[in-house]
Amino acid sequence: MERNLTHIALFAALIAVLGLIPKIDLAGGVPITAQSLGVMLCGTVLGARRGALAVVLFLVLVAAGLPLLSGGRGGIGVFATPSVGFLIGFPVAAFVTGWVVERTTLSPGVAAWAAATIGGIGVLYVFGIIGIAYMTGVSVRDASLGAALSFLPGDVVKTVIAGLVTQSLSRMRPASLLSRA
Amino acid sequence: MLTLTSPVETWAHRLPAGAKLAALAVTTTSLFAMAGPLPMALALALTAGLYLSGGRAFGVTGAGLLWPLWPFVVIVGLWHLWTGNAIAGLVIVLRMITAVALANFVTMTTRLSDMVAVFQWLARPLQPIGLSPRRLALAVALVIRFIPVMLDRLDQIGQSWRARSPRRPRWRVLVPATLAALDDAERTAEALRARGGAG
Repeated sequence: MERNLTHIALFAALIAVLGLIPKIDLAGGVPITAQSLGVMLCGTVLGARRGALAVVLFLVLVAAGLPLLSGGRGGIGVFATPSVGFLIGFPVAAFVTGWVVERTTLSPGVAAWAAATIGGIGVLYVFGIIGIAYMTGVSVRDASLGAALSFLPGDVVKTVIAGLVTQSLSRMRPASLLSRA
Repeated sequence: MLTLTSPVETWAHRLPAGAKLAALAVTTTSLFAMAGPLPMALALALTAGLYLSGGRAFGVTGAGLLWPLWPFVVIVGLWHLWTGNAIAGLVIVLRMITAVALANFVTMTTRLSDMVAVFQWLARPLQPIGLSPRRLALAVALVIRFIPVMLDRLDQIGQSWRARSPRRPRWRVLVPATLAALDDAERTAEALRARGGAG
């Protein structure tokens, strides 16, 4: 019980930290914000339930007024911006990611990459694009195009990194992967 | 860990957080039910007045919090201009700025502890499935406590990297960072159990 609580809290902190650090070079000099990578890792490492709860806890803290979203944003106001769809989609994405990792029998690295793609891109973008379309009046088609052009390349890189990090974790400390416990 | 609460004390700081959030919900809902650029502009003007009632410094800070919206303003404005719907675009932009500004006003005038108290109250129905108010408060405190620790650690890992490589730290720093998070979680769970559990 305490173990669940601390894992959820520590990974919520990890998402926050990945939003607070300056954009690190994740792949060959391309700077991207790492926050959605934190969401993916919550799913691949903690599994569906705990991963989703970690993201929800993170959102609770953002809503309470802490500037934890990348760029130092925070407060309930962020839920009134066009990115609200992505915010609501974050915990769902973590859940789906964790769910896929828990269910497949592929090796942890490949499973994590696939799960991060299905959850962290597929599911997340559905929520995000609907959110953009609803809040800005931009057509779903154009919102999809915009989102795909701006975020997709970076997010594809993040899914690969999520897979590689999860694979490293499974090799160094197999018991630490709660999604495959 | 700095919060977004304004250090400048205003009349709104004394209002209960729950009341402010309820008022925000009602106001934002009616904002989304409104139509037409003139009512929207009026709503935005009233919101600006709300900010200025807290003083000039308060108003300037509040305006600064709206800066991250500029890409959306540009994109929405251009898209609606391009599809020949400039008025609708104007309404949407005004609505977005007003809604965010209203929500930010609540954030700026409410202390973190008060907000967490409201969330604890809202989470009461979840108590049977294991989310007690104490556990929520404990979780919030843990996150806040560990963010600076993990930032430091990530920085140290980056320094270790730079001591061993001419190139800038890459994604691999996330492996020891995540491992450290997992280890911290285990140790903190032990510490909690030693002190009577997370009840």
